[in-house]
Amino acid sequence: MTSNYNFAFLDENTKRMLRRALLKAVAIPGYQVPFGSREMPLPYGWGTGGIQLTAALLGPDDVLKVIDQGADDTTNAVNIRRFFARVAGVTTTDRTTEASVIQTRHRIPETPLREDQILVFQVPEPEPLRTLEPREAETRTLHALADYGLMHVKLYEDIAQYGHIATSYDYPVLVDGRFLTSPSPIPKFDNPKLDHSPALMLFGAGREKRLYAIPPYTRVESLAFEDHPFEIQRWEHQCELCGADESYLDEVIVDDHGSRMFVCSDTDYCGQRCAEQAA
Amino acid sequence: MYVAVKGGEQAITRSLQLLAEARRGDLATPELTLDQIRQQLRLGVARVMQEGSLYDEELASMAIRQAAGDMLEAIFLLRAYRTTLPRFGYTQPLDTNAMRVHRRVSGTFKDVPGGQVLGPTYDYTQRLLEFESAAPGEPVEATEPLPDAMPRVLDLLDAEALIERIDAGSDPEPIDLTREPLMFPADRATRLQNLARGDEGFLLGMAYSTQRGYAESHPFAGEIRMGEVDVLICPEELGFTIEIGSVTLTECQMINQFHGGNGLPPQFTRGYGLCMGEGERKAMSMALVDRTLRCDELGEPSYAPAQNQEFVLSHSDSVEASGFVQHLKLPHYVDFQAELSLLRTLSAQHANRARDEEAATQEISS
Repeated sequence: MTSNYNFAFLDENTKRMLRRALLKAVAIPGYQVPFGSREMPLPYGWGTGGIQLTAALLGPDDVLKVIDQGADDTTNAVNIRRFFARVAGVTTTDRTTEASVIQTRHRIPETPLREDQILVFQVPEPEPLRTLEPREAETRTLHALADYGLMHVKLYEDIAQYGHIATSYDYPVLVDGRFLTSPSPIPKFDNPKLDHSPALMLFGAGREKRLYAIPPYTRVESLAFEDHPFEIQRWEHQCELCGADESYLDEVIVDDHGSRMFVCSDTDYCGQRCAEQAA
Repeated sequence: MYVAVKGGEQAITRSLQLLAEARRGDLATPELTLDQIRQQLRLGVARVMQEGSLYDEELASMAIRQAAGDMLEAIFLLRAYRTTLPRFGYTQPLDTNAMRVHRRVSGTFKDVPGGQVLGPTYDYTQRLLEFESAAPGEPVEATEPLPDAMPRVLDLLDAEALIERIDAGSDPEPIDLTREPLMFPADRATRLQNLARGDEGFLLGMAYSTQRGYAESHPFAGEIRMGEVDVLICPEELGFTIEIGSVTLTECQMINQFHGGNGLPPQFTRGYGLCMGEGERKAMSMALVDRTLRCDELGEPSYAPAQNQEFVLSHSDSVEASGFVQHLKLPHYVDFQAELSLLRTLSAQHANRARDEEAATQEISS
């Protein structure tokens, strides 16, 4: 652990600012709270929001897991884990069940989470309406009025054009029946895991200086229409390593002829299943 | 056979070793000293301090060395370090009227009280590569020293009430953008703070666009001055002001034509730019963009990118922009997989529709 820096890098006043913003976020589920995002020693867009939230949450007894695309071993996940091992000296783990704080980019673990766990999402663009309305002053007004017609029209146009909703990740959700919220770029496969989750879900967007929360056991609906209900991705394949048929699969090109294989994106989940089968 | 990828940690360690080796170069060549960087690359040091929002020549030199001369990386290093520094207090507003001037030029008057002073400028170097490194000649002592303080050119116009008056005391207390998030609409003090930290290249491009018809700025360089300004603080426990040092600054005041509007009479208006060290290009760009961003206040038609404060202020920061553009290097397997599935569905639909249409056409023709 590096002693030149405060525990978990940020000074205690900054952590207090973050915790106050987080309390506000938990009190207003799905509302984007502006916060005084700090410049972190990792680049914007690489998880600076998630890192700040994790830094504000961590205590010396916490056990931290970091995943990117579901995997513990992708380079950016390794780097963020190394960072906290260095500046906070906390125990880190690959096991979903052992972690008290899990920082993630683009996935929710397959293993169900518990009440004593916190999931921290890295968020590139917290504003679900941004691609439809670039002006921040305008989108804040739309949220204040709960005016989400833009998004419903967008989804309707998808159906009119393609026969179904053509959004496969970062699929918009309505939190607690009030705020339209970006679930971060997780595949829509993971959206159902947000609904009534026992674990607290926190979202940090460092570059955009916003954070928000989905408190435990909160209603989270993925937007849809009565005659076009929400659907998640399905595969005709099973994981070729562990045989799972209910997990999110990555497609991997294995030779020069473009042959494919499908494997679990959640490496811990897959590894545990393989270990159980071997035992 | 595919196995789940392991070894990211080792790969990173090796990559860091390669980077250190590449940065240092041939060990037979001595490493750059911080003094060399600070003295001989002073304009780079100034830019890194300016956009890094931290006035410390030694740290900026260290950052430039560590970043192997990549200024944006050096700015990033300085910003990240700055986050960890405690805030002791705030200085009194700097008084650039009392600047000990090294350079001062005006594009609006042939001569001004205090004179036009070129100072150390690249403007008239003719840009011939100097193949032999030239030892500087002995500087010639001026016959009479420059005055201690020079009046601002714009204040001379002020006396005639031809230029908008800005009362120094009327500005509200500025927010600290490094502690508070940027919110819209942003007031002028906040906008200037954002521009001061903004990327020089971005501001230069934005400023240039205003001269080429994307917004009508009609600017004149009223005054550009560069020199040292004392930094004063008033510690609460002392109750009086003390000087803690001085900084070199470049200040630019643009004068812009204005035909009146929003209840204001025709008059000259001001655009303001300020930056650390000798940063004339940045200060001038900042002043042009500052003025253009005042379009709403002055009731000017707003149509150009440089007039749109959300557009300019949200995209001016090099650390934010560089991080987000380059985050595309990170794995996006999961999202890409989701898009693959979607695209296969869409493409199958398209093929079916094409087949159906073809069948229908054949039926009609047969």
